[in-house]
Amino acid sequence: MSTLLEMREITKIFPGVKALDRVSLTVEAGEIHAICGENGAGKSTLMKVLSGVYPHGSYDGEIIYDGQPLQNRGIRDSEAKGIIIIHQELALIPLLSIAENLFMGNEVAKNGVISWPLAMQKTGELLRQVGLNEPPSAVVGKLGVGKQQLIEIAKALSKNVRLLILDEPTAALQEADADRLLDLMLELKAKGVTQIIISHKLNEIGRVADRITVIRDGTSVSTLNKADISEDRIIRDMVGRDMAHRYPERIPNVGELLFEVENWSCMHPEQTGRQIIKDVSLNVRKGEIVGIAGLMGAGRTELAMSIFGRSYGKGHAGTVKMHGKPVDVSTVTKAIKAGISYVTEDRKALGLILEEPILRNISLANLSGIAKNSVLDKRREAQVAEGYRRQLAIRTPSVQQKVVNLSGGNQQKVVLSKWLFTDPELLILDEPTRGIDVGAKFEIYTIMKELAEQGRGVLMISSEMPELLGMCDRIYVMNEGRIVGELTRDEASQEKIMALIVKDNGKTTEKVA
Amino acid sequence: MAENQSALGGHLRENGMLLALVAIVALFSVLVSYQGKPMFLQAPNITNIFLQNGHVIILALGMLLIIVAGHIDLSVGSVAAFTGAVAAYLTVSLKLPVYAVIPLTLIVGGLIGAAQGYWVAYWRIPSFIVTLAGMLVFRGATLWLLGGQNIGPFPKEFQAMSSGFIPDLTGIGKPHGLTLVIAVVAIAVVIWIGLRARRRDMEFGITPEPAGLFWGRSLVIAAAMAFVGWQLASFRGLPNVLVVLAVLIILYAFFTENTVQGRRIYAVGGNYKAAQLSGIGTERLVFFCFVNMGVLAALAGMMVTARLNSATPKAGTGFELDAIAAVFIGGASMAGGSGKIIGVVIGALIMGVMNMGMSILGVGIDYQQMIKGLVLLLAVIFDVYNKNK
Repeated sequence: MSTLLEMREITKIFPGVKALDRVSLTVEAGEIHAICGENGAGKSTLMKVLSGVYPHGSYDGEIIYDGQPLQNRGIRDSEAKGIIIIHQELALIPLLSIAENLFMGNEVAKNGVISWPLAMQKTGELLRQVGLNEPPSAVVGKLGVGKQQLIEIAKALSKNVRLLILDEPTAALQEADADRLLDLMLELKAKGVTQIIISHKLNEIGRVADRITVIRDGTSVSTLNKADISEDRIIRDMVGRDMAHRYPERIPNVGELLFEVENWSCMHPEQTGRQIIKDVSLNVRKGEIVGIAGLMGAGRTELAMSIFGRSYGKGHAGTVKMHGKPVDVSTVTKAIKAGISYVTEDRKALGLILEEPILRNISLANLSGIAKNSVLDKRREAQVAEGYRRQLAIRTPSVQQKVVNLSGGNQQKVVLSKWLFTDPELLILDEPTRGIDVGAKFEIYTIMKELAEQGRGVLMISSEMPELLGMCDRIYVMNEGRIVGELTRDEASQEKIMALIVKDNGKTTEKVA
Repeated sequence: MAENQSALGGHLRENGMLLALVAIVALFSVLVSYQGKPMFLQAPNITNIFLQNGHVIILALGMLLIIVAGHIDLSVGSVAAFTGAVAAYLTVSLKLPVYAVIPLTLIVGGLIGAAQGYWVAYWRIPSFIVTLAGMLVFRGATLWLLGGQNIGPFPKEFQAMSSGFIPDLTGIGKPHGLTLVIAVVAIAVVIWIGLRARRRDMEFGITPEPAGLFWGRSLVIAAAMAFVGWQLASFRGLPNVLVVLAVLIILYAFFTENTVQGRRIYAVGGNYKAAQLSGIGTERLVFFCFVNMGVLAALAGMMVTARLNSATPKAGTGFELDAIAAVFIGGASMAGGSGKIIGVVIGALIMGVMNMGMSILGVGIDYQQMIKGLVLLLAVIFDVYNKNK
């Protein structure tokens, strides 16, 4: 096998921070090479160096690609050489169609005139390749994150790709979609496309990768061959310690009934007559961690947001009770007052003000907690933020740091701090570990454990079944806007959850106590 | 560290603004004396900068809130003209006393702001459209109310709003004693606030700017205030307009930086959805920003009417652009979520000094507009350049 890419001793310094310290990476032609590392370890920075986001001259070290030194001035240079990167943050234009997005900057045109029939046809082919069953004319913004990810991959395929870099491609995907994607990667490999995958999910790395490079704190720690790949070894290299348990030890101490939802229904905000949440009933006890499993589009986020101040949908019906008494959750303010917090799945769009510093984000949902007669006490604000920084181990030089500069795991901790500062009795955590590395996930789990130990209720929505099984005392299974089953910790297994979803016959079943 | 950078970046921005203001004043001083005209920085000119630009500062205070919340208000010039006409109608035609006219006119302004804010906040109609409509509607309403003619003159008490000076309670007369006392107190307060902010920065772990820079700047500000104070005192004392301005500036600076509602406006502009999901009444805040703008537009309208001593159909033309320019020169972001009152005030002063300087130099209105446009562009380019660096 010949070497396609060699990055030698790459060092990249941001003002005051050494993001990469003599990192080396060798990728053989035709292999799938995985890069693992905690958030903030420098994986994305390394890929930005490779793809020309950081142009030649802004870093030290050299890159040999296809036997030639690679000196990119920008992304166009690297794309011309067949290096294509799919970023974690999707770069699609929501108001345009799939076809328009796919050929953006690479239009199917003759003399500047676009041939739409040809573009539509090509789009159709590409969509089939990625297993997406949508018309090429569908507007991208109306599709879910998972489908958008597939479109991004189709877009990369439409270019003449030799080295495909996928930055956490399955972070937002359902298991079925993720499987399809991994198969696709293997198909592409068979066609001779070299690939680099950045991922936190060790099982999928084990499935597709030929070799793995682990990066920790801006240096390359090790490169393993497929034969040597074991989850424990990778985790040890990533965090620099043995991780005996991926979930914190927890002895549930479940108390009285805290939170009840009875016969909750709501309609789609725009499409009249389309019911999204159908007669949902569930409950959470004090000190209990309850999960909601389900496929994408099952209505889990919609359920949570419709309960939390009617932030989703219209035509709400049903009752929400705290401590057995009905509470008014018709606005977010009232929901917060009732002791409910909702930690969004989309922290950048819905959870944070990225351009503001950490402390101002933390105080946002409870400004009266740092104010006297409506006048802010900025000293108290700093103290509160400093307290959460220590308590949740938010890694930042100062709470004055803008949130946009933090890694995903630390951003998630800021969002959690914001809601903890409202002192909720019930926390609804929507995909709390999405896009977060193994080490930070463990920290988030530990926080959840502590919240339960304090007697708070936790309702956790997650697409990662292992984490639901690892953390929850009870799991509700949702499908198409309904609860289709409820499993206790002892009963629950991935197979049982899937079975409940797959065998769902569309009728409201198994009334939940 | 990134956070040092942003802290210094913030200081750089404010210092840069101040430096630009000083440089522009210096430039005009040289140019004016080169033309052999009387000194640029003499008492009447200084007084006039505030008298002639007070309305811009007042409008810019309201406009900052609107822009921070992520909106824009194009109607303020027309609203100022209309409320000026209302004040004229109430005073001249209905012969109402001043103490009734002022609150009534402010209420009219607030209602106009509410009428526009309602559509923007609760119906999500883009503010650009709503206030563009308002701009036309209230220009027309001004013409209708005035019947195409000027209404005036006004009684002395009404004129005092713009052309009056505070009485000298110390009884010295010349120089104006109370003005001097206020100047001294103001200098002390400014330095005290600066020191306090500096101490707080250190306490919060923000790397403070170098001591030399801080004291250098404080010295420049103190010297400028002492000079302005002395000049004003040796002329006719502190103009009423300046008192109103100072009170409003302090009020709005406090509101934006130290109150719950002020902070929330920044959140609304920074990330509307995140603010909503944090239990912030986003719609009500946007509505409030427009009501507030309407009230300030009415105040500006009355001040201009009082200065001209008549309400005219053409009053207030282009005010909205002056106010918006001042806000952006002052460092607010077009996308909303950032901007400071102090920046806006300096931005408005830069515009004001340029207006006056160029008029004294006899620069034609054609060149004046071109130069002002380029200054606005340069200021924003400077911002973007610093942000990307």
